[in-house]
Amino acid sequence: MIGSATPAEAAAAEVSAPRARGPWTGRAAMLATYAVAAIVLFGAAPAMLTDFRLRMLAQFLCVAMVAVGIGLAWGSGGMLTLGQGLFFGLGAYIMAMHLQLSSAGPSGRPAFMVTGSDLPWWWELFRSPATALLGIVAVPGLLALLLGLSVFRRRVKGAYFAILSQASAAAFALLLISQQNTIGGSNGLSSFRQFFGFALNDPVNRRMLYFIAAGVLIAMVAVVHQLRRSRYGELLTAVRDGEERARFLGYDTAMVKVVAYVVAAVFAAIGGALFVPIVGIISPQNVGVVPSIGFLVGVAVGGRATLFGPVLGSLAVSYAGSTLSEQIESGWVYVQGFLFILVVAFLPGGLGSIAAVVRSRRRRPAADELPRGVPEPDAPDPEPTPADVRSGGA
Amino acid sequence: MDAVLGQLYAGLSLGSVLLLIALGLTLTFGQMGVINMAHGEFLMAGAYTTYVVQQVVGGAGLSLLIALPLAFLVGGLLGVLLETTLISRLYSRPLDTLLVTWGVALVLQQLARDVFGAPAVEVRTPEWLKGNVDLFGAPFTKGRLFILGLALTAVLVLGVVLRYTALGRRIRAVVQSRGLAETSGIDTRATDRLTFFIGSGLAGIAGVALTLIASTQPYMGQTYIVDAFLVVVAGGVGRVRGAVLMAFGLGVLQATFAYSQSVSTAKVLLLICVIAFLQVRPQGLFSVKSRSLV
Repeated sequence: MIGSATPAEAAAAEVSAPRARGPWTGRAAMLATYAVAAIVLFGAAPAMLTDFRLRMLAQFLCVAMVAVGIGLAWGSGGMLTLGQGLFFGLGAYIMAMHLQLSSAGPSGRPAFMVTGSDLPWWWELFRSPATALLGIVAVPGLLALLLGLSVFRRRVKGAYFAILSQASAAAFALLLISQQNTIGGSNGLSSFRQFFGFALNDPVNRRMLYFIAAGVLIAMVAVVHQLRRSRYGELLTAVRDGEERARFLGYDTAMVKVVAYVVAAVFAAIGGALFVPIVGIISPQNVGVVPSIGFLVGVAVGGRATLFGPVLGSLAVSYAGSTLSEQIESGWVYVQGFLFILVVAFLPGGLGSIAAVVRSRRRRPAADELPRGVPEPDAPDPEPTPADVRSGGA
Repeated sequence: MDAVLGQLYAGLSLGSVLLLIALGLTLTFGQMGVINMAHGEFLMAGAYTTYVVQQVVGGAGLSLLIALPLAFLVGGLLGVLLETTLISRLYSRPLDTLLVTWGVALVLQQLARDVFGAPAVEVRTPEWLKGNVDLFGAPFTKGRLFILGLALTAVLVLGVVLRYTALGRRIRAVVQSRGLAETSGIDTRATDRLTFFIGSGLAGIAGVALTLIASTQPYMGQTYIVDAFLVVVAGGVGRVRGAVLMAFGLGVLQATFAYSQSVSTAKVLLLICVIAFLQVRPQGLFSVKSRSLV
């Protein structure tokens, strides 16, 4: 490690010592935040928004679920997961297959399928609601476990991991496009009529979907919150900031990373599964390389290493994206591009860290005096690894 | 026999395209550790340079020859611009470089879309690159042969520059030990910029080559960039040798898979092969021997 000038005690201390108290770590403040979130999501939003806007918000909530997972894997764990579209897509397609089968009736066939061709065996797996729900969690979870084990055990990390995960999303999208007869090809799957027995064209049921998404999202944030507070969370951060040191202390760092990676994958899959009945269509365009990186924009903007940053950032970016692209089509691409450039390059703590960065610049002009990799929201630079760029990181 | 040769040629042709793209990446990613997601867009800039030159000059043959050095310059200058404005601030944060350059790629794609329009523009193939030549009894398109030659020439020139010139020595010194190079009086910042210029310029040349076989459109860079990154990852850090072997290896492998399966299944199998390969050699095919832990 070329750039690791910090004393070795830093990582060790971070494993054992309780985290420094920031303004948001107080228990009361935390409870208040959850209460506000619940009031906004369950009270204010459904009361004030039209059905159309509420449906959009529900869609954004699904994307935010992916962001929560990325926040854990990337923000706390330092793994840049560039291929979350793979897991998002798996969850979505499994849900879509189930919805198509249940809409088609007991022995029916999905609408898009050419008459005469046989239903592939793996469609039948997801005919019953129980196996479909199990599949949504288990298939992406197991795949992430397999990928994570094979990659992290061999200590493939940093950029190499990012590129492999991106390639996996690219390959998955290509695979879907090529399967015109079995999974709808580039058109994807659409026209679902019912969701576990509830008609999807009924506005009451559409509201119910929104409430489910809101509840699931809050639950996910709570899970990540618990993980971050736990010993495991300390360990994950320690692995992010000094994997070698954590390993020398006797921890199985590969397993630590695999757990966060699997949790992120399952969150993405659940987001994808709820995305399908809410939006009504899933196609390879939602799962490839571009949407996979798109998930990251919100996380970066909101502050990757914070608890609420990924959710808020993701919601804000989704909202800005839909509003701006309604008005000027190409404008949003420029805004998204420059937002990404500016935030990642100059505000790695997210937009929320502007004040802290300005404050610390004024107080201490020498940036290298600041503690490195402290994942508190008020830390100006939560960038994990002091890493060794020049040696390629592997 | 013809079928085997045909697959081999298809693989060689794909491999030479991958090689041209991966060569630049080997320099910027392999040697400097900078993951430049906008590399594909430099390629796109090279392709549009060919288009513009052809609009100005007219003759397809002459304009191709003019476009080659010009695209190298365009790609290289874009690269230097990116390096000095953004990447130089981010050398200690390789993953963030990836995201920032993706933002740049996004902007460049949209820019190309706004300037040249979303549909593909027509770049004419010169007469002397049309048709096939017979090679050992199987046809090989002249355009693809040209790309193969271009890729091999680029490898040769890059290899000679890296190995025998003062500039190459400087680059290698900076890669192997930045601190020591600096102590010895090498201007590492200037070397970084120059490395980036060459690497990005190579992307421009790859763009010119691609106009012969692919359509010139704003998103063309994205088609090959993931594969090219895989080549560099599997080939080993900053190894031209590794990039050459892996580019042709992956090219032939994909062509072989694509022969029995569909192209997309071939892509998936290829990815599985790369992951399996990294199980055996996590550092890639060739790696710099080092006692460093990371």
